[in-house]
Amino acid sequence: MPVLFVIPGALRELAGDRAEVRVEGTPRSIAAALSLLWVECPAVRDRVMTERGEVRPHINVFVDGENIRASGGLDAPVRDGAEIMLLPAISGG
Amino acid sequence: MPVTRHVSPRPGDVLILVGTMKGAFIVRSDARRQEWDVGGPYFPGSAVYATAFDARAGRHRLWAGPHSMHWGGLLRSSDDFGKTWTNPEQANVKFPESSGAALAQIWQIVPGRESEPDTLYCGVEPAALFVSRDAGETWSLSEGLWNHPHRPQWQPGGGGLCLHTILPDPERPDRMRIAVSAAGMYVTDDRGVSWRASNKGVRADFLPEKYPEFGQCVHKVAQARRRPDRMFLQNHWGLYRSDDRGESWTDIANGVPSDFGFPMAIHPHDPDTAWIVPLESDEFRCTPEGKLRVYRTRDGGARWEAQTDGLPQDGAYETVLRDALAVDAIEPHGVYFGTRSGKLFGSADEGTRWSTLLDGLPPVISVKTAIA
Repeated sequence: MPVLFVIPGALRELAGDRAEVRVEGTPRSIAAALSLLWVECPAVRDRVMTERGEVRPHINVFVDGENIRASGGLDAPVRDGAEIMLLPAISGG
Repeated sequence: MPVTRHVSPRPGDVLILVGTMKGAFIVRSDARRQEWDVGGPYFPGSAVYATAFDARAGRHRLWAGPHSMHWGGLLRSSDDFGKTWTNPEQANVKFPESSGAALAQIWQIVPGRESEPDTLYCGVEPAALFVSRDAGETWSLSEGLWNHPHRPQWQPGGGGLCLHTILPDPERPDRMRIAVSAAGMYVTDDRGVSWRASNKGVRADFLPEKYPEFGQCVHKVAQARRRPDRMFLQNHWGLYRSDDRGESWTDIANGVPSDFGFPMAIHPHDPDTAWIVPLESDEFRCTPEGKLRVYRTRDGGARWEAQTDGLPQDGAYETVLRDALAVDAIEPHGVYFGTRSGKLFGSADEGTRWSTLLDGLPPVISVKTAIA
């Protein structure tokens, strides 16, 4: 089953004005799922990831409601049909 | 999101490019510089430490380096004075994977010499220099500086380990000077292949050795266009002049209330004239005695005179950061600076009389000028 990415408002223009993007495939980890998203929406990648391949410090990635920072980072498992949300963290000043 | 207003400059108008912690603004006037209108905020929510105007080869191109706490930073440009901006799919200034580094902030954008109209330079944190040879389409890391053997000993200043000053030599195409806080100044004489430390005579009060080869916290350096041997330097403690293109430096803190400060600007034509805004100590970092004073020298730093007409002199504990002071290109030259309290001040007569151009901006972190 495809996994569903929920795109934050600030990045929707870079995702073809889409609030949700479905990617086909059976990724087993969030790293693999994100790689599929980058193929579909290449402009989103550098806004979410650093050059070091890390999720930016003020971005949170939730897989089925669970923050990957508490479930293995980029190795966090992804089930078939998972919903993955990319959300800006509560930060700023 | 806020509603963004735009300005419509005419040829010959003066533009002040104001970068703040919450976006950028374009402040426009005709050449009389008496009435100003404001465009912006551009990139609302993003810190804009660096802006530039590229007027070479018939361009009228604005550059900005907005950095979002969430989404990171990249270079964006506008050919219509801010009405539209590029938004590259891929971050255009990024470290190669082999470097193990990630961009933290864009600190400086500098168009190259008139003789190299497609060259631009970009200084970033962590301290590195990027170069574009195709008018900003693609950028590459200056490997010579990145791999310098001193790098492991460089220490970040309060603003991070940032490369904040880029000075392509006006006469020597192979030569360029850069400054890093806190690594000091480095010079290349072979177009960036190799770099050497160049800090002779510059003090480092915060190190056991007061005059080390490198490690100084240089805040801003300015070079005279018509006499490039003449340079001025505002240091983290210390005010200096060089008459040999930066190979050696002489203390010129004569008559200033403090030799601590950030910005330094030099007159576009008169190499004896420069402006600074002294701050009280590296702990307080505010204008001494609650008086906002710009100091100007007309004689190469032998004397500095306080410019106060139109500036608050009571309870004005202001801070002016390293890139928040700039001079325009119309005679008599306009001088402008912004404060961390969100005020923009301007003078149309080289600093003799001042007025408040804007109040209530987000904290101002950069000020540049351009002629439309």
